[in-house]
Amino acid sequence: MKKVRRILTMVLAVVMAAGVLASCGTGDSEGGSVATDGSTSMSTVINALGEVFTEENEGVNFTYNPTGSGSGISAVLEGRCDIGLSSRYLKDEEKTEGLVENILCLDGIAIIVHKDNPVSDLDLETIAKIYTGEITNWSEVGGNDGEIVVIGREAGSGTRDGFESITGTEEKCAYRQELTSTGDVITTVSQNPNAIGYASLASVSDTVKALSVGGVEPSEATIQSGDYVIQRPFVLVTKEGTELSDTAKAFFDWAMSSDVDQIISDAGCVPVN
Amino acid sequence: MNDQVRPEGREKPLTGPKADAASASRAKRGRKLTEKIVEIIFLVLGMVSVASVIVITAYLIISGLPAIKQIGLINFLFGKEWDSTAADPKFGILPFILTSVYGTAGAVVIGVPIGFLVAVFLSKVASKKVRSIIEPAVGLLAGIPSVVYGLVGMMVLVPGVRKIFNIPDGSGFFSAMVVLSIMILPSIIKVSVTALDAVPKEYEDGSLALGATPEETYFRVSVPAAKSGIAAAVVLGVGRAIGEAMAVMMVAGNVANMPSLFQSVRFLTTAVSSELSYSSGLQRQALFSIALVLFFFIMMINAFLNLVLKHKGE
Repeated sequence: MKKVRRILTMVLAVVMAAGVLASCGTGDSEGGSVATDGSTSMSTVINALGEVFTEENEGVNFTYNPTGSGSGISAVLEGRCDIGLSSRYLKDEEKTEGLVENILCLDGIAIIVHKDNPVSDLDLETIAKIYTGEITNWSEVGGNDGEIVVIGREAGSGTRDGFESITGTEEKCAYRQELTSTGDVITTVSQNPNAIGYASLASVSDTVKALSVGGVEPSEATIQSGDYVIQRPFVLVTKEGTELSDTAKAFFDWAMSSDVDQIISDAGCVPVN
Repeated sequence: MNDQVRPEGREKPLTGPKADAASASRAKRGRKLTEKIVEIIFLVLGMVSVASVIVITAYLIISGLPAIKQIGLINFLFGKEWDSTAADPKFGILPFILTSVYGTAGAVVIGVPIGFLVAVFLSKVASKKVRSIIEPAVGLLAGIPSVVYGLVGMMVLVPGVRKIFNIPDGSGFFSAMVVLSIMILPSIIKVSVTALDAVPKEYEDGSLALGATPEETYFRVSVPAAKSGIAAAVVLGVGRAIGEAMAVMMVAGNVANMPSLFQSVRFLTTAVSSELSYSSGLQRQALFSIALVLFFFIMMINAFLNLVLKHKGE
């Protein structure tokens, strides 16, 4: 009997300790904080915005949780963050759940190849054919003889979703590799002369070559004008009926204003207007 | 052991025998209380790990079963296609299971002979100086984070494999297997060395006295005497290989193909970790089901390890 009671006490203590720990984990939004959660592709631009915002408003706690568009959207829905970040347009079913789509800026998805690859221009249709496996050799598109190594992102990635919906290759892509981050895609393409991959234009460095699509080079101007077709929006997701805290509201209004255009371009994205 | 009064107490001139006895019993009670508190603290700490195992097991089963129920156990375990985000999603994890099993087996086939021979060398042949260099190096190998293995694999091994075998892309099953076999070396070497060191010297002396060469002695006497320890080392290596995710994810290519030598493949571990961050709904539940299957595999390996160790004890 004594033993049972002792064990019970212990279990209770453990449970209570766990409770205390758990309650420490979930941050609350009072005291001026902005919690953002979502797309990993938006990390550059959102970190730049956060940095400037916290500089201008002292004492504000700005957090960015890079979990992916899907997680970000569900985080807003479940009230786990103030502003969700999505690198794709919201689906209709997500809008019917009360989510609001606020386009922050545009992002071009660059088609990247190895630096030594002689091919420098492909049209959208050819890109789609390469990704679906209809074209398998670089010689078919004017390059050297060599099997094309198709690199993509994992299922659920905003970049993959963006790329596949723009090129019309949903569920048809024959990937050789599915990597889990933009950085991995760029590194892999830079290592393999026969590779082709896609990555957010903001993240593309000079270790790889970004192809022009249908004769249009990926750049700020061509994305804004819509001439460069492989582009997608960066969206701030809010929920209808849920009041943002004062700080979060201030951040949201500021981010949607034209004051941030310079920060957005510096981060490699394209302001909407 | 605590009811003995300290001898110093008796030597004190101002305390009579009565006061002595009273203080002794008070000290006894105090000590008993302290002991009890300490016991409770240790028990709580011990419970933390037990509770973690119970919570994880329960969580995995609760979150893993619904998807299996919805997909159907046979379809789930023996389905050959995985397409979790399609309009008509397919959740067959046979490619992952086979990849994990073959990949682990491959890592064992490459890693165990190397690890075993290194262990025999370190324990029996190597001079003290050589051993003092190699042993810490092996220990260091165990301490390298798996993401570093993955990175080196991605930057060195994958392009190397591509050039050596003249294939379009080096990442895939073969590269993952090589990385895994290197990663299991430390656990195999360390446990085997311990087992070989524990073989009584008399066995070897006896063998040598009978005219056997040192090599015959090591392989015919020392190794059989340490065989259950070496078997435990192998099982430990298997456990390490089947549970590895990060390094494998960076070199395996991660496409849900049926395994073949240079094909891009996805392991059970990477299937969970690569899609989890963006997953939702049934896809997420199915990922938990994969984790449950992986958990089941690891439990079986653990049970087997316990069996081996128990056998050793007898």
